[in-house]
Amino acid sequence: MSETARANILARLRAAPRQMVPDRPDWTPPTYGEGRLARFRAMLEAVHGEIHEVTTEDWAERISVLLADRGATRVMVPPGMTLPDGLVAVPYDQPVEELKAVLVQGVEAGITWAKAAIADTGTLVLWPDADEPRLLSLLPPIHVVLLRLGSLVDNLAQVMAEQTWAAGMPTNALLISGPSKTADIEQTLAYGVHGPKELIVLVLTDA
Amino acid sequence: MPSSGRPDTVYYFGTCLVDLFYPEAGLAGMELLKRAGIRVVFPADQSCCGQPARNSGYFDEARAVALRQIKAFPQPWPIVVPSGSCAGMMKTHYPDLFEGRPEHEEAKAFASRVFELTDFLVNVVNIRLTDKGQPLTVTWHGSCHSMREMGVVDQPKALLRQLANVTLVENGREKECCGFGGTFAVRQPEISAAMVADKVTALEDTKAARVISGDCGCLMNITGAMGKKGSPMGGQHIAQFLLERVDG
Amino acid sequence: MGDFTSRAPAALNDPTLRANFRRAMDGLMSKRAAQFADKDAWESLRAQGAAAKARVVARLPELLEQLEANLTQNGIVVHWAETTAQANAIVLDILQKAGAKTVIKGKSMVSEEMELNHHLEAHGIRAVESDLGEYIIQLAGEAPSHIVMPCIHKNKAEIASLFEKNIAGLGYTEDVDALTAAARAALRGQFASADAGISGVNFAVAETGTLVLVENEGNGRLSTTLPPLHIAVMGIEKLAEKLDDLPALLSLLPRSATGQAITTYVNMISRPRQPGEKDGPKAVHVVLLDSGRSRVYADAQLQDTLRCIRCGACMNHCPVYSRVGGHTYKFVYPGPIGKILTPQLEGLDCAGDQPHASTLCNACVEVCPVKIPIADILVRLRAESVNSTGSGAVKGAGSMRKRLESLVWKGWAAMYGVPMLYRLGSWGLTRLGNWLPDSLPMLKRWTSVRTRPRFAAKTLHELARDKGYDHE
Ligand code: SF4
Repeated sequence: MSETARANILARLRAAPRQMVPDRPDWTPPTYGEGRLARFRAMLEAVHGEIHEVTTEDWAERISVLLADRGATRVMVPPGMTLPDGLVAVPYDQPVEELKAVLVQGVEAGITWAKAAIADTGTLVLWPDADEPRLLSLLPPIHVVLLRLGSLVDNLAQVMAEQTWAAGMPTNALLISGPSKTADIEQTLAYGVHGPKELIVLVLTDA
Repeated sequence: MPSSGRPDTVYYFGTCLVDLFYPEAGLAGMELLKRAGIRVVFPADQSCCGQPARNSGYFDEARAVALRQIKAFPQPWPIVVPSGSCAGMMKTHYPDLFEGRPEHEEAKAFASRVFELTDFLVNVVNIRLTDKGQPLTVTWHGSCHSMREMGVVDQPKALLRQLANVTLVENGREKECCGFGGTFAVRQPEISAAMVADKVTALEDTKAARVISGDCGCLMNITGAMGKKGSPMGGQHIAQFLLERVDG
Repeated sequence: MGDFTSRAPAALNDPTLRANFRRAMDGLMSKRAAQFADKDAWESLRAQGAAAKARVVARLPELLEQLEANLTQNGIVVHWAETTAQANAIVLDILQKAGAKTVIKGKSMVSEEMELNHHLEAHGIRAVESDLGEYIIQLAGEAPSHIVMPCIHKNKAEIASLFEKNIAGLGYTEDVDALTAAARAALRGQFASADAGISGVNFAVAETGTLVLVENEGNGRLSTTLPPLHIAVMGIEKLAEKLDDLPALLSLLPRSATGQAITTYVNMISRPRQPGEKDGPKAVHVVLLDSGRSRVYADAQLQDTLRCIRCGACMNHCPVYSRVGGHTYKFVYPGPIGKILTPQLEGLDCAGDQPHASTLCNACVEVCPVKIPIADILVRLRAESVNSTGSGAVKGAGSMRKRLESLVWKGWAAMYGVPMLYRLGSWGLTRLGNWLPDSLPMLKRWTSVRTRPRFAAKTLHELARDKGYDHE
């Protein structure tokens, strides 16, 4: 069925009058120069994200303070990540099938690294992988993201070009801008509808 | 018209609605041009831009009428139109209508000469108005086609602001369609009625004495609805209003 | 059910519905306007978006093949469906082979086109909508009234009652956070236990074989990540040529739709779960649906319709849509895009009156991020509906042709196209027109809410001559 359908559809499309293929006009996405971090912060805060400047030395301590404030103790982390006392690190070290119950109900926060971030829209770029699976940034009610300041760029076009995305996309690439939200009820914003209710970004200013 | 200056002579395309229902508004536009020192020629063979047929999907009929207009304005003079909607038809849709036909070049050349009246008064004539009227508050209704096909948004307001004794108040739904839409008003009478009711409310909310517009289709709809509900507000074509003000 | 025109009054006379739409549309318009306050930036971004989609349209068959090849190479299974029935059969077959009993769905207008939920239910598979808006209307047993915000026609109070009735243990509350939390709780278990996830696609990138999905809630990510099987359904036009096209398109779509700089999530899927990866579906399928699109494609003018990125801006700005709401259109796609798409997909014999339900005010054209000439296509479809072009490009062409009407236009063309006749006719109308009886149907409709226009005593032609204007 699908084979015939394919042939018929393509035949109909090929029989149609062809329009000229227009050129892509010039377009320069916005850049922010020295104001890059400020833009990132403003945009992220505008979508209800929280942002803190930390260092490679003190980020773990900051996480424990921030999570303690929220009464969160069980934290899902990439395998190998250790957390200060007071927090229980639950490694995402098995396939989701084994971990479903824990992921869905059993942790209060999840921690991932960001591959990059985009100042223009206050966006984090994640390429989930074996160590930091896709659901780690989605199921726990609080998502904590570690971002190296050096990986903050101006816009999406730039990150795609610098990291040569077209040469090979991962299984899943994500752009995350703020916590999960909805405005389906009378255009009133509500957070945490299916994904995290809070997004906390720690910018490692020395990295 | 190039910025090289104003022409000595212009054509005037009155439009069918003005011709039959609002000739005074049409005449006022001609008078404003004449007083600015421009010779105004009104070709006797003109009738309608053809928009009603085109918008109803009767392209052959629209072309027949359009072609007649093109022939009626043979000289290379600007064609000034006291309606953004009819001007939009001539400027943007004549070329489309004749695409792939022998008359295409002629239609394009014609289209390039078409001006909406207020745009012409502001940008070509650079008119200066002296207000001799009593203090009055008005609000502006821009027609959809004048705004979106002719790019006429600020020009009429600039003219109204030249009038020392006239206060222009903006209304909350200035860019929303009044619900006229030619045959739409009678093909979708209920929706059109809802639209014009909202429009009248937004205009009345300004407490202005009059709504001024550059399109008689909108005015027929809006003032008709005002009249029916017994609104204290009235409406007027901008050409007629301007002339009234400078005459005092 | 009747036609559009006869359905309209019910919506127009429903003050709650009118208020719900008015409030929502006013809010959406002002949010979008704030995003595009810089006119030059808007124009250049829009030119980029329009070119990106125009390129897709111009190269559609090649790009579909390229997409298919890249998806296949990435391990995603590609299916083609000419009709919604075929697409439903394909989806059902995949689900049955996987032994799936429950499906969790992300928002997808193509699945609405397919009426997929009904089809699955009829075969014993339960499909649960997980987008909050879709969930609400699924509970209400309704169809979406907007392509981006499906339950925009409902207010808080209506949703509160609906939840009170349907969610055990939840009393009546209008607190939006509480309502949202209740939906989250109700759906969490569904996600965990679903055998498959079904989603739509916003852009399928031919260059890399990547499915791009945008959303705010996270339900789309859940539907495409948690269950072991993911099926994406998409129209054959929802492509992007290259990743490089995404920055402009991903900027235009949310800003036009809801006035957001970007959606919370942009989810780019290129493969099923790979060895060593710990989550994600083990199988991913894509169903490419034609369902009339290749027919739209067959006409050089009409094919511009296929640029649409389904942002909904045209309906948000439509003075007709904002007064009659989405359900009056009856078909899946309401508003201006619906008025041009529905008659082409379903035929002018089914929806031929929809192109007429417009004042051609061009508000939609002004905001469309990919510059679809919606008004020109509306007029073209009007012409097709009376078969005046003879192109036969659209199913049901000529179905609205009435002999009297075409005669009237012939007469009109004669009167306005022959100066002598026009002079006679206009002279007559100004002298006698005001005696036309009020009972004429056109006049009656006009005067239901307006005074009757009066013909002037003399035409402008006459006045201009009287005043001595050159009358050559
Ligand atoms: S037609 Fe244009 S404005 Fe309307 S939904 Fe499609 S892309 Fe958006």
